[in-house]
Amino acid sequence: AKSSRSNTVRQGKLRLQKWYTATAERDKKKMVRELMQVVLARKPKMCSFLEWRDLKIVYKRYASLYFCCAVEEQDNELITLEVIHRFVELLDKYFGSVCELDIIFNFEKAYFILDEFLMGGEIQDTSKKSVLKAIEQADLLQEVCDVHLGLL
Amino acid sequence: MPAVSKGDGMRGLAVFISDIRNCKSKEAEIKRINKELANIRSKFKGDKALDGYSKKKYVCKLLFIFLLGHDIDFGHMEAVNLLSSNKYTEKQIGYLFISVLVNSNSELIRLINNGIKNDLSSRNPTFMCLALHCIANVGSREMAEAFAGEIPRILVAGDTMDSVKQSAALCLLRLYKTSPDLVLMGEWTSRVVHLLNDQHMGVVTAAISLITCLSQKNPDEFKTCVSLAVSRLSRIVSSASTDLQDYTYYFVPAPWLSCKLLRLLQCYPPPEDGAVKGRLVECLETILNKAQEPPKSKKVQHSNAKNAILFEAIALIIHYDSEPNLLVRACNQLGQFLQHRETNLRYLALESMCTLASSEFSHEAVKTHIETVINALKTERDVSVRQRAADLLYAMCDRSNAKQIVAEMLSYLETADYSIREEMVLKVAILAEKYAVDYSWYVDTILNLIRIAGDYVSEEVWYRVIQIVINRDDVQGYAAKTVFEALQAPACHENMVKVGGYILGEFGNLIAGDPRSSPLVQFNLLHSKFHLCSVPTRALLLSAYIKFINLFPETKSTIQEVLRSDSQIRNSDVELQQRAVEYLKLSSIASTDVLATVLEEMPPFPERESSILAKLKKKKGPGAVSSTEQEDGKREGGELNGGGERGADSTIAASNASTPSPSADLLGLRSSGPVSAAPPSAGSLLVDVFSEAGPAAPAAAVNDDGFLRDLEPPTESSDSLLAEGPGDSDSAPPSVVSEDPAPPMPQSDELLHKFVCKSNGVLFENQLLQIGVKSEYRQNLGRMYLFYGNKTSVQFVSFSTSVTYTGELQSQLNVQTKPVEPLVEGGAQVQQVINIECLTDFSDAPLLNIKFRYGGALQNLTLKLPVTVNKFFQPTEMVSHDFFQRWKQLSQPQQEAQKIFKASHGMDKEVLKGKLLGLGMALLENVDPNPENFVCAGVIQTKAQQVGCLLRLEPNAQAQSGEQMYRLTLRSSKDTVSKRLCDLLAEQF
Repeated sequence: AKSSRSNTVRQGKLRLQKWYTATAERDKKKMVRELMQVVLARKPKMCSFLEWRDLKIVYKRYASLYFCCAVEEQDNELITLEVIHRFVELLDKYFGSVCELDIIFNFEKAYFILDEFLMGGEIQDTSKKSVLKAIEQADLLQEVCDVHLGLL
Repeated sequence: MPAVSKGDGMRGLAVFISDIRNCKSKEAEIKRINKELANIRSKFKGDKALDGYSKKKYVCKLLFIFLLGHDIDFGHMEAVNLLSSNKYTEKQIGYLFISVLVNSNSELIRLINNGIKNDLSSRNPTFMCLALHCIANVGSREMAEAFAGEIPRILVAGDTMDSVKQSAALCLLRLYKTSPDLVLMGEWTSRVVHLLNDQHMGVVTAAISLITCLSQKNPDEFKTCVSLAVSRLSRIVSSASTDLQDYTYYFVPAPWLSCKLLRLLQCYPPPEDGAVKGRLVECLETILNKAQEPPKSKKVQHSNAKNAILFEAIALIIHYDSEPNLLVRACNQLGQFLQHRETNLRYLALESMCTLASSEFSHEAVKTHIETVINALKTERDVSVRQRAADLLYAMCDRSNAKQIVAEMLSYLETADYSIREEMVLKVAILAEKYAVDYSWYVDTILNLIRIAGDYVSEEVWYRVIQIVINRDDVQGYAAKTVFEALQAPACHENMVKVGGYILGEFGNLIAGDPRSSPLVQFNLLHSKFHLCSVPTRALLLSAYIKFINLFPETKSTIQEVLRSDSQIRNSDVELQQRAVEYLKLSSIASTDVLATVLEEMPPFPERESSILAKLKKKKGPGAVSSTEQEDGKREGGELNGGGERGADSTIAASNASTPSPSADLLGLRSSGPVSAAPPSAGSLLVDVFSEAGPAAPAAAVNDDGFLRDLEPPTESSDSLLAEGPGDSDSAPPSVVSEDPAPPMPQSDELLHKFVCKSNGVLFENQLLQIGVKSEYRQNLGRMYLFYGNKTSVQFVSFSTSVTYTGELQSQLNVQTKPVEPLVEGGAQVQQVINIECLTDFSDAPLLNIKFRYGGALQNLTLKLPVTVNKFFQPTEMVSHDFFQRWKQLSQPQQEAQKIFKASHGMDKEVLKGKLLGLGMALLENVDPNPENFVCAGVIQTKAQQVGCLLRLEPNAQAQSGEQMYRLTLRSSKDTVSKRLCDLLAEQF
C-alpha cells in the first residue's frame, strides 16, 4: 500500500501523522483539517473507504481513535485496512493493551514503530516479530527497564 | 543538577506532556509552551555543555511542541549533534527530529549527510537502518545526490544483513520516486530482481515494492521478474496456512506479499511462456476457489486479507482481459459480494464490476446483476456505496437496458444526495443520447431531467438537446409539443423556459395548427414566465419573440406592444434594452422578405461529440472541480455546441464586467447605418441576432478576407460585449484559478529575445509542459499559434491561459486570445490562437500567464509573449544611393540609437545574415562601401503610422581589446523605435 500518509485522529485532535510525499506545512494543516471533518462525519455502519480529492481514504476506528491512510487510486483498499490493523497490533503488543495515553506520552515510540513497519509509505516487514525485535533492541540498548510512566 | 538517573526514562518530557494536557485553555497551553521554549533555549545557550541525555530530552520536547502545531525555529543543531552519539536512543531521537522537522536547509543538510555517511559505513546494522530511514523520510534531492550511488551497493552486497536490505530497498524506492534521474540503472538492477527469490520473506516484501516501481518505468529491463513472481506466488498460494509462520496473517499466507506479486504482474502483459502462464492461471483459479471455501476464522481480518488477494487477482484478470473463463468467474464472485453483509465488500464489488463491464467477455455477465445494482442504488445507506452503484449502472448500460437504467436513474434523482446530483444528471443525459433509438424518448428524458433536477442541469445538457432537435427534423414537432406541455406547469424550472423559448421560437409553427397551442397561446405562455426569469433567459426570450414575429405575422402587434413597453425598451439592463430596441426597429422597418432571411430557421449544427462527456470526465478527474472551473466549462460547452445562446452568455460577462461597454453594438447599426439601408448585410444580422449560433453563418458573407479577419472590429454582439473598449481586448478566458498570475519568470526576457529573429520554435519547456510557437505577420497584424504540450502521462486540469498587457501597451497593442480547453490529457497538445494588432510602436511585451493543476498542485507561470516591434517590419529594397540619402535625412540625434558591444555568438557571416533576415528587414547587398558591414532597411507597419528604419551593423573582428566587437546603429523616424530595436538587437549578436 502506497499510503501517501497515515495518521491517527481523535475527536478532532491529531495524535500522530506521517507524510510520505513532500507536502508544504500549510497544505498539510489544511488537508488534515479537511480530512478530519470528512472522516468524523462518517457513521458506524458506513464503508471504510471514501474518495477524497484524487486519493482514497481508508480508515478504521479503534476505541476513540481513528486511523486513516490516504492511498492512491490503484492501491488495494482491503490490504490497507489490514495495514492499519497490523500497526495497531504492533502498538498493542509493544505497550501491552495500548490506549490513547500511551500514544500521547510515548509519541516517539509510536513513530519508531511506524517507521519500522512502513518506510516511504511501503511495508518494510509484515512480521510482527521482526518489527518488534527492532524496537525492543533499541530499548535494550537504552538499559531502561520501564518505558511506561506511571503518571496519571 | 546532577544528571537525571537514566532509570527514569525521560521524566521531564512526561511531566511536560501532562502539564500541557492539564492546561484548561489554549492561552494556558501557549503560556506553558513558551515557558518551556525559553527554558530549552537557555539550556542550549548555556555555558555548561549538555550531556547526551539532556540534549535528547530537550530535542524530544521540541518535537512534541512542533507536533502540537507550533513552529520551532531552533534545536536543529542539537538534533544533528545527537546523530554522532553512540547511544542508540540518542541517535534515534536525533534522526526522528530531523525526519519530522528538517527541510532542505543547506548548511544543515551537509552536516546531516555527514552523520548519515558515518552510520552507513559503521557496519552496525541498527545504525545503518536508522540512517536509511532518515534518507527515506527526508527524501530530498540533496540526499539523493549524496546517497543514490551508495544505497544500491548496500542493497545487493552479499554480506548485508536482511534488515538492512529491507531498509535499503525501500529507501532506494523513495529516492527513485523523488529523483529518478539520480538513480542510475546498472549491474545491481539484475541482482535486485533476484531478491524475489530471497529466503527471507521480509526482504521479498520490501524488495517487491522497489521492483514494481522500477518495472513500471523500465518494463523491458525487468521483465525477468514475471516468471520469478509467478513461481513465488505459486509457492505462497499452494502453501498451507501455517507454513509461513509469522508471515501468515489470520490463517492467510503472506497476504501483503501476494497482493504485491499480483500487482507487479499487472505491469506486464500475460506471460508468453506457456508453462509460466499455465502456472499463473492455476494460481488465479486457486485464489478464486479459495473464496468459495468456508472461512478458517470468523475474524474480519481473515476475510479482509483473503479478499484483498482475491480483488487483486481479479484486477489482474481484468488487466489481462484475455481469459473469458476467468473473467466470468470473477464476475460471478463479485456478484456474490454484491449481496454480502459487509458494506466494504459491496462497495469494492461494485467498483470492481465497473471495470469488468467494459470487457467484451464479461459485459453480459455483469448485466445479469442489474436488479441487484438497482436495488443497491435504492437501499444502500452509505452515499459512497450508492455512488458506486450509479457508476456501475452507467458502465453496464447498453442499448438493451438503457430505457430501464435511465428510468431508474431518473427516479433515483428525485431523492439523490445533493453531492452526486450533478454527476447523475450528466450521466443520464449521456446515456439518453447515446442509446436513443427514437428521439422522442430522448427529448422526454431530458425534459424530465430538467423537471426533476433543473438546478443541476448544466448548460451543456440543455444546449445539447437543442442541438439535437435542430439537427433532426423528425423530432422537432414532438419537441415543440412536449416542451409546450411542460411549460404549462405552474412552476417550471428556468432551464425549461430556456429550452421552451428556443424550441418554440424555432419550431412553434409545427404545433400552431392546434387551437390549444395557437401562436398567441404559445406567446402568452412564454411571456407569462418572462418576469420570473434571469436576464440571460429574458434575453433569449426576446430573441424568441422576434422569431415569433417572423413565424406568425399575426402576433406582430402583440409582441411589438410588449417590446415597446417601458419595462423592455427602458430596461436598466443594457443588453435587454438593446435587444428590445433593435428587435422593435427590425420588426417595423424590415420587409417580410428581409425578416424571413434574418430570422430564418437555424441551420443544422455540425455533428460533434457531446461536450457533456467532456464535462463528466472533468468531474471525475483528479482534484476537486472548483466552481469557477465549472463556469468555464459551461462557457466552453456553449461554444462547442455552437452556442445555443451565446448572446445570453455574453450578457453574463457584460453584467459582471465593471464597465459594460456603452458602445455594445448588437446589430451593428452604428457602423452600417440604418437597417433598411443595409439589406446586403442580412447575413451578418443573423449572426448578430443569434450571435455565432449558426455555425455556417459567421463565415457567410461580410468578412471573407480570410486571414486575420478576426482582427476586424468585432461585429458579433458577443465579442463587442465582452470587450470593454477598443484598448482592452483582454476578453480571453476568465482566469480559472483564483490565484493571481505569477510574476514573469526570471528567464522570460531571455526567452523573448530568442524569438526576435525567428517566428517558430519552442518558447518554453520544463518537466511538465512544453510551449511551442508559430507565428505569421502581415502588415500591422499578426497571428500566433501557441502549442501547449503536456509532457506527462497525467492530465492537466483547470488549464487556462491569459494574456495581459498593462500601462502604455494597452494603447499600443490589441491582443485577442481564444480560450483553450481546460483539460489537457497526458501526452496531448492543445493549440491556442492569438491575434495581435499593432496600433503603434511598442517596447514592452505582453505577459502570457499559464495556470493549471497537475496532480492537484497549481502550476502558475508567466512568460513574455514573443511579440516584438520588429515583427511588423516590411522589408524595403533600395540601392546604395537611396540608402545613404535617407540615412542622412535621419540624422537628428534622437533619431539614432547606437550600441557598441562584444560579440557573444561569434561572427559567422552566414549566421549573421540569417539573423538579420529573420529580423524582417531587407538585407541590402552592395550598399555599404565596407563589404564586412551589414545594412538593412524596412518599414514598421502600425495602425497609426509607418515607421521607416535603417540599420547598420559593423563587425570589428580585431578591436583594440582583442575581442570581437560590434557597432550597431539604428536610425528611424521615431526615437522610441530606434531605441527599442537597438536594445533588442544588441542581445542577438
